Amino acid sequence: MNNIIDYLRQDVRFGEALKACMNCGVCTAVCPAAEFYDYDPRRICETVQRGDEQEIEELLKSETIWYCGQCMSCKPRCPRGNVPGELISVLRKASQEFGYFNSSEKGRQQKQLMDTIQRNILEIGYCVHPDKVDPDYHPEQGPVWRWYRQHIEDIAPKLGANYHGEGSGALRNIPQEDLDEVRRIFEVTGGMDLKENVERQ
Amino acid sequence: MANRYWNEYQKEIADDHYFYERSCIRQTFFPGSEAAFLSILRNELGKDICDSPHQHTCTGIGYHSDVVPFETTMTVVARLFSLMKESGYKNYVPSCVTSFGVFSEMVAKWHENPALKEQARAYLWEACKREFEEPENIAHPSDIIYKFRFELKPKMRYQLVNRFNGKPLRAVEHIGCHYAKIFPDKGVGKAEFPYVLAGMIEAWGGEVVDYPERRHCCGFGFRQYLVRENRGYSIANTKKKFESMEPYEPDFILTNCPGCAMFLDKWQYTISEMQNKTYDTEGYGIPVLTYEELTGLLLGRDPWQLGLQLHQVQCERLLDKIGIAYNPTEKYKGISGRINPMPAKPSCLKV
Repeated sequence: MNNIIDYLRQDVRFGEALKACMNCGVCTAVCPAAEFYDYDPRRICETVQRGDEQEIEELLKSETIWYCGQCMSCKPRCPRGNVPGELISVLRKASQEFGYFNSSEKGRQQKQLMDTIQRNILEIGYCVHPDKVDPDYHPEQGPVWRWYRQHIEDIAPKLGANYHGEGSGALRNIPQEDLDEVRRIFEVTGGMDLKENVERQ
Repeated sequence: MANRYWNEYQKEIADDHYFYERSCIRQTFFPGSEAAFLSILRNELGKDICDSPHQHTCTGIGYHSDVVPFETTMTVVARLFSLMKESGYKNYVPSCVTSFGVFSEMVAKWHENPALKEQARAYLWEACKREFEEPENIAHPSDIIYKFRFELKPKMRYQLVNRFNGKPLRAVEHIGCHYAKIFPDKGVGKAEFPYVLAGMIEAWGGEVVDYPERRHCCGFGFRQYLVRENRGYSIANTKKKFESMEPYEPDFILTNCPGCAMFLDKWQYTISEMQNKTYDTEGYGIPVLTYEELTGLLLGRDPWQLGLQLHQVQCERLLDKIGIAYNPTEKYKGISGRINPMPAKPSCLKV
């Protein structure tokens, strides 16, 4: 029984992501993650293509699959039309589904991302919002960002934003009935299941 | 012959009647840019564009951080298309480049696999009792400004010419990866010759500077920035771009992706703090503009209403080169009329 491989094949993205890799390595040559990390998308394609269940399980437990930055620079370069960045998304989904993400330091960061980005989406309807970009957690944002956060109620309206207002415009509050529909989509399509699965592990 | 080949690199961009979708990142860091885009379309170009109060995130940042499943993002996209239909529009205009990639991805997958589109319909009906239609056209707002760049030019008060020496200002442009790398046919100039920003710069009197890492990612990397421990990836990739463009001494950087604009601005500050290094000759850094800010500035809008005071790399030196008039005392004034205290000064980057 090939549990993982069967699971990967059921993902609608898998067939497009990995058609037939000839191991030319162009994806690795152009990859920003490969410059920074010990990361080689060519080898990932090769491992998955080989179809060894044990090898793929080790891959899903490794740090490696979490190194990709999802820039998708690999896509227009692959001469066979594979998309290693998309294959990574499929592998990361599987790693979370099988609980293997918990075996790596980078994988465990999914808990933090779930608690920030997914929570933001469900609670306020945005992935990112100025209220959520804390200058102490984001020192790289610099003093101007800290200044903007301190004076946002005075500055944002000058720039045409509707900060925490009703109706349309940037940074407005999204009506509760719209947030309820977004949450219902997460419930129906597996978004909440993924969150609960990651939090439970 | 050259024109015939170049025609193959063009995309269809709707003329009018747009449904606008706001960007999580653009409205967070550049709210003035979104306001400027809507204002320019309505006032200078006389176009109709809808800004629905019911819109929300496309989930793109969550999707590419792998905390939102494909099926969920697909159905959220379907809901946004449902809002467009409900509002009576057929041309979808997502402000964010990540969103642009997400919408293009979903539509492409539905075309390849019609059963998947039926699944999206079923999910949306079960969750929201809604129906949707695919847009007739999906264009990034930078596509629209590009399309009308020559119509805008006669309305502009300024050109991209250095008033001190009469020469074209030298710009490096940075196209967000998800604009044309995922679906090359969806971008002006495709993945190989993206021209959406270069077209604006050239039309408005500037000169585009080519440099070796022009197409390298800005370094966002989604989880590589969002988790603090991973940010070395992000800043290292941006640094690579700065080092590559530095010898060409650009006057400014122009971007069409809100995340790229933010990183190229803020990482200059961070690198200056870490290494006492700036990438211009005088220690002020290289100003970074969104295409909405650039268009608004040349049309004569107030820099402080466009939101240039939110940039960490200060833009006054660029404004001076263009010859744009501005009132320094208005910079930190808010809607209340109060002049707020200035931000703290960086230890290295001059402001």
